[in-house]
Amino acid sequence: MKNFHVAIVGGGVIGSSIAWELSKYKLDVVVFEMGSDVASGASKANSGVIHSGINSPFPSLKARFCVEGNKMFQMLADNLGISLKWVGKYVIAKNEEEIKKLERLKKVGNKNKVPVLEIIEGKEVKKKEPNISCSAGLWVPTAGIILPYEFTITLAENAAINDVKFFLETEVIGLKKQKNSFLIKTNKDNLSADLVINAAGINCKKIVSMLEEPDFNVFPCRGEYLVLDKNYRNLVTSMIYPVPQKDLGVLGVHITPTVEGNILIGPSAEFIDNPYDKRTTKEMMNILFYEAKEILPNLPEKAVINAYSGIRCKLASSKEGGWADYRIEESKKTPGFINLLGIESPGLTAAPAIAKEVTKMISKSIELKTKSDFKIISRKKRFSQMNLKEKSDLIKKDKRWGRIICRCEHVSEAEVIDAFSNPLGAKTLSAVKYRCRAGMGRCQAGFCTQHIVRILEKQFQIDIKKMKLKSANSHLFYGRTREKKND
Amino acid sequence: MVELGRKKMINHNVDVTVIGAGPAGLAAAVSACEHGAKNILVIDRNSWIGGILPQCIHDGFGVEETGRSMTGPEYVDMYIERTKNQKIHILKETMVLKFNKNLKITAVNKDGLHNISTKSIVLAMGCREKTRWNALIPGDRPSGIYTAGVAQSFINLYNIMPGRNVVILGSGDVGLIMARRLKFEGANVLGVIEILPYASGLPRNIVQCLDDYDIPLFLNHTITYIKGKDRLESVTIAQIDEKMNIVSGSEKEIKCDTLLLSLGLIPENELSKDVGIKVDDITGGPIVNQNFETSLPGVFACGNCLQVYDIVDSLSIDAKHAGINAAKYIKKKADYNLKVVPGKGIRYIIPQVITKPGKIRFTLRVEKPKLTTSCVHFIIDSRQIFKKKFPYTNPANIIEINVEVTQDLIKSNKKLEVVLSE
Repeated sequence: MKNFHVAIVGGGVIGSSIAWELSKYKLDVVVFEMGSDVASGASKANSGVIHSGINSPFPSLKARFCVEGNKMFQMLADNLGISLKWVGKYVIAKNEEEIKKLERLKKVGNKNKVPVLEIIEGKEVKKKEPNISCSAGLWVPTAGIILPYEFTITLAENAAINDVKFFLETEVIGLKKQKNSFLIKTNKDNLSADLVINAAGINCKKIVSMLEEPDFNVFPCRGEYLVLDKNYRNLVTSMIYPVPQKDLGVLGVHITPTVEGNILIGPSAEFIDNPYDKRTTKEMMNILFYEAKEILPNLPEKAVINAYSGIRCKLASSKEGGWADYRIEESKKTPGFINLLGIESPGLTAAPAIAKEVTKMISKSIELKTKSDFKIISRKKRFSQMNLKEKSDLIKKDKRWGRIICRCEHVSEAEVIDAFSNPLGAKTLSAVKYRCRAGMGRCQAGFCTQHIVRILEKQFQIDIKKMKLKSANSHLFYGRTREKKND
Repeated sequence: MVELGRKKMINHNVDVTVIGAGPAGLAAAVSACEHGAKNILVIDRNSWIGGILPQCIHDGFGVEETGRSMTGPEYVDMYIERTKNQKIHILKETMVLKFNKNLKITAVNKDGLHNISTKSIVLAMGCREKTRWNALIPGDRPSGIYTAGVAQSFINLYNIMPGRNVVILGSGDVGLIMARRLKFEGANVLGVIEILPYASGLPRNIVQCLDDYDIPLFLNHTITYIKGKDRLESVTIAQIDEKMNIVSGSEKEIKCDTLLLSLGLIPENELSKDVGIKVDDITGGPIVNQNFETSLPGVFACGNCLQVYDIVDSLSIDAKHAGINAAKYIKKKADYNLKVVPGKGIRYIIPQVITKPGKIRFTLRVEKPKLTTSCVHFIIDSRQIFKKKFPYTNPANIIEINVEVTQDLIKSNKKLEVVLSE
């Protein structure tokens, strides 16, 4: 049985950040992910915001890692080639009372050392954001946007290139502390590791209870989103947030532009019992529209091209106010078991800083030696982002760049093939979609699905019965209508 | 942005460029050729010619045009035959990335980037299907949800079976035809759900595709929940009242593994909008004059990117006119004079503008189905210039009316209102 130095449970943004950080050192690292790809849970279904740190009280781990993480993102984007835009955000106040709340937010931000916070008059906000009416706005220039799935995938793929093992569709079903290591039982093979890192997100309690009695509870809180067509990209240029309501420990329904030009509306906040219930509901869709219209009165109703939800991992119930700090700690009862609990918003921003912290914790028990052959594979520019010369040159080298597979996002055959050949071995249509954007546009895969299916069949010899949408059991087809008979 | 020199691009210099090689594009190309265009280029993003028709293997195509009922592939073959021995060049698997106001087109395929200079353009990009999110259907996001046209392509083009126990949402024609098609392939078609009090597809398809196979049609119903963690497990349907509210207690769960969506079609006009061509909010297609010319001189529109047609015969008639006018096009700005607007009972009417007198062929759709006689009136300044009676009307059928429009009317600079009365 193979023994690893470090086993990471969960391939979300936290698990993948840690995996990438550890891949810089001479270590055997393994990541278990129960989904068919990394970023299958909350890491993919969030606003994609790099927060500044004005929303978490001082002192807290949330504030600390958020501010630290925020500062790391420009460098990460430069090195890894991920998309990042510092679009900034306005928290808008509708009346005098809310302006007072802006001042309180500004104070929290100042305590957390968030740079350049400014409260500006409503008419000044309107100059920058003509579709927004408010009495005043708190301008937060250090808030940015990324594509959360692109970030997670890029980290994980880079970790994999640097020899971290990723086991997809692999669920950890049992953990046992042995003398100097942990025995890890999964739905596939069993393995052992010296250290176990619990980055299981919403399932963090389940993992803890495999080794010890948990001293906390998880309260799943669903957030629904609506995605708008790129045609409406000009509605806002920055993120627009309402003044947060105290009672749920969430930031409220906001308008977020994405790097790609879509606009997100959401998230709602609803405490639910089943942490896997990622449904969208008519009630919340209506609420999202209603609340978004409070901010953006001329929001068109026909603009939605998709809706989804993500589940926040909260350590405080709605009765308790919904806010609890992160827990980033090695278990006292089980040495070598590092827990990352309650990593909800601003978890995406905090991830790289948390990964540094966890690496520091690991260095106490394992000597870390840097790899001399550590490599970074930066994300390639997409066909749609290239100028005509770049397009022409690429097609001359490889004809497959000249065939457009996704009509909405102008994704080429070469990009689809590259996405499917990813180093993690993620083999679903979603894996293709989240890597090259085929199927993410306004026709929602109406045009590209048949072409991608043909590519998988012809070029990768995938049996149509084994093609999957997003998870192990989400098969697409029931086989042939009729089998060809041999003549 | 770095622009490429003309040397690096594949250059074309043509009279007419047709974007889209579906039935509209082919009809326009053939007509343009017959009316003097010397050099015609047809561009299509798929690897085949005919657009959606090769997957429409049912018959009923071309009855009005030829008196013969053909399948989709047969109908296309008829046009492909006509493009032969003509000065028509078809570029397949080629995507138009954009065109500008000077009618310079940039396209891409495996040979490289193409730079096309053309004297006129015919838009024939067709349409796309509405998705689950156009109707904002809530619930989980499992596999097993297909638009009807995508499911049709899998079955008819690739012999792939998308489902076994199927529910169809929306009674559009593609959905009705797929209900029958799936039944033929041994699937269990559990019902067709329609939110309106009447079917939105052609009456003949209700009879031939549902009634003949005992497939239930649930009118005034909608889907309120889609369930399935991985593959679709069930849909919940519910009755709705006149105010479009769900009748409480009417919810019913139907176990199924596949949901087909036949929610309607949206004309594809990304290219038109990018260049600034004016688009009608109701039809979703460009605003055109009697020559099918859009607001950008020299650019004509036809087929399902102009309006979603009910039958291909009607589409081809208009597409031919668009092709003829593209060939005749002389570079001079048209003066928009007489605006045509849909009034009471009329959903939309095409053309929306008349600039030249003559017998004009109007196509229109009414708002609601009516089994009693009704009359379409053409009114200018409270004066009726034309009327026509119909024994019944149905939004599923496009109504065609020819009306003589005189120079005086056009010069009047008033609005021509078209209304429906009992």
